[in-house]
Amino acid sequence: MADGIVTLSDATFDESVASSDTPVLVDFWAEWCGPCKMIAPVLAEIATEYAGKITIAKLNVDDNPNAARRFDVMSIPTLIVFKDGVPAKRLVGAKGKGALLQDLAEFIA
Amino acid sequence: MSDVRDVIIIGSGPAGLTAAIYAARANLAPLMIEGVTWGGQLQLTTEVENFPGFVDGIMGPELMQTLRDQAARFGTEFVTDNVDRVDFSARPFRVWVGDREFRSHSVIISTGATAKMLDLPSEQRLLGHGVSTCATCDGFFFRGQEIAVVGGGDSAVEEANFLTRFASTVHLIHRRDSLRASKIMADRAAANPKITFHWNTVVDEVLGDGRVEGLALTDTTTGVSSTLPVGALFVAIGHDPNSSLFTGQLALDENGYLLTSGGSTSTSIEGVFGSGDVVDHVYRQAITAAGSGCQAAIDCERWLESQHAGAH
Repeated sequence: MADGIVTLSDATFDESVASSDTPVLVDFWAEWCGPCKMIAPVLAEIATEYAGKITIAKLNVDDNPNAARRFDVMSIPTLIVFKDGVPAKRLVGAKGKGALLQDLAEFIA
Repeated sequence: MSDVRDVIIIGSGPAGLTAAIYAARANLAPLMIEGVTWGGQLQLTTEVENFPGFVDGIMGPELMQTLRDQAARFGTEFVTDNVDRVDFSARPFRVWVGDREFRSHSVIISTGATAKMLDLPSEQRLLGHGVSTCATCDGFFFRGQEIAVVGGGDSAVEEANFLTRFASTVHLIHRRDSLRASKIMADRAAANPKITFHWNTVVDEVLGDGRVEGLALTDTTTGVSSTLPVGALFVAIGHDPNSSLFTGQLALDENGYLLTSGGSTSTSIEGVFGSGDVVDHVYRQAITAAGSGCQAAIDCERWLESQHAGAH
């Protein structure tokens, strides 16, 4: 996690998300998804700038179908913010940094 | 506030990036405002088989990355965000990205087009929960299920063919009695045993609470309504030009396409040029967009030269 982004898997999902002191934004993505690649740099910036306030994590849906299924992910990129281990907000589709920060305002204020 | 640029290019599909390559090689140091979802519609496709120069085809996103790298190599500067507002009423022209203002002597518009929706409340509600406009993004989630595609053009048929990799059956729903798609695509769909055609049929409603569970359909020849149980609906009924930024400033046609004049890329304001799908409702191919991006850059370069000559 050199870039400050946590990589989740089916096996580590619950433990990582539940044990976090900060809200965790999970980016459900895949290699073949163009829009997912576009938002990756935006998420990396947010991970750096808001370190300590929000944890940015990513989960590859190809390799980890269980977590994607459990949270009814049917379109990627889907971003789900977990607070105290429970989904608190869900964002579907690529957006710019400004719009994303607005959507995340309640978690990073 | 920044210095006045020679040219700002808005939009980064094949048209915009080709304009950038040409403008950069002409030493115009273009600023490209590429948008958040840069790369245009090809970012949402898989294999591109008809772009000249790629014998075995190329993946859409890979082609766009290559074009972007090529534009960067010659000095194009990129802003990866969306334009919020423009002012072409005074010179230099002004373009705003959030609260950042950019000024330029000329502008090339290549903002492309966006997938049309059916405009049903149920479709909006279930977007991302089984309703999708991107087969390559979302097809994966419907492995082994019956799903539907609505539309009859090339993009609908391409999506239907692609989705048979995942789905058990793809229902292709079209309001006419034959496809508008090119023959090679239509033949491929007709020969695909996993595609079922529903001719003369319209989607009245997308059914389901938290996720798509089916469609309410009407056969327009008989008037008979029916329900089709499917897990997803992929909407591919055409595109609208992305021209709302320019309403009231540039001449648009009745469908919102940017008007250009005299076989050139000149718009209704001198120094503003248009290229790609925001102008073209006829051909709409990656290669025609790229070609018109090249034309726009050349028109722009010549116009800037003429202004410069006039100033001395």
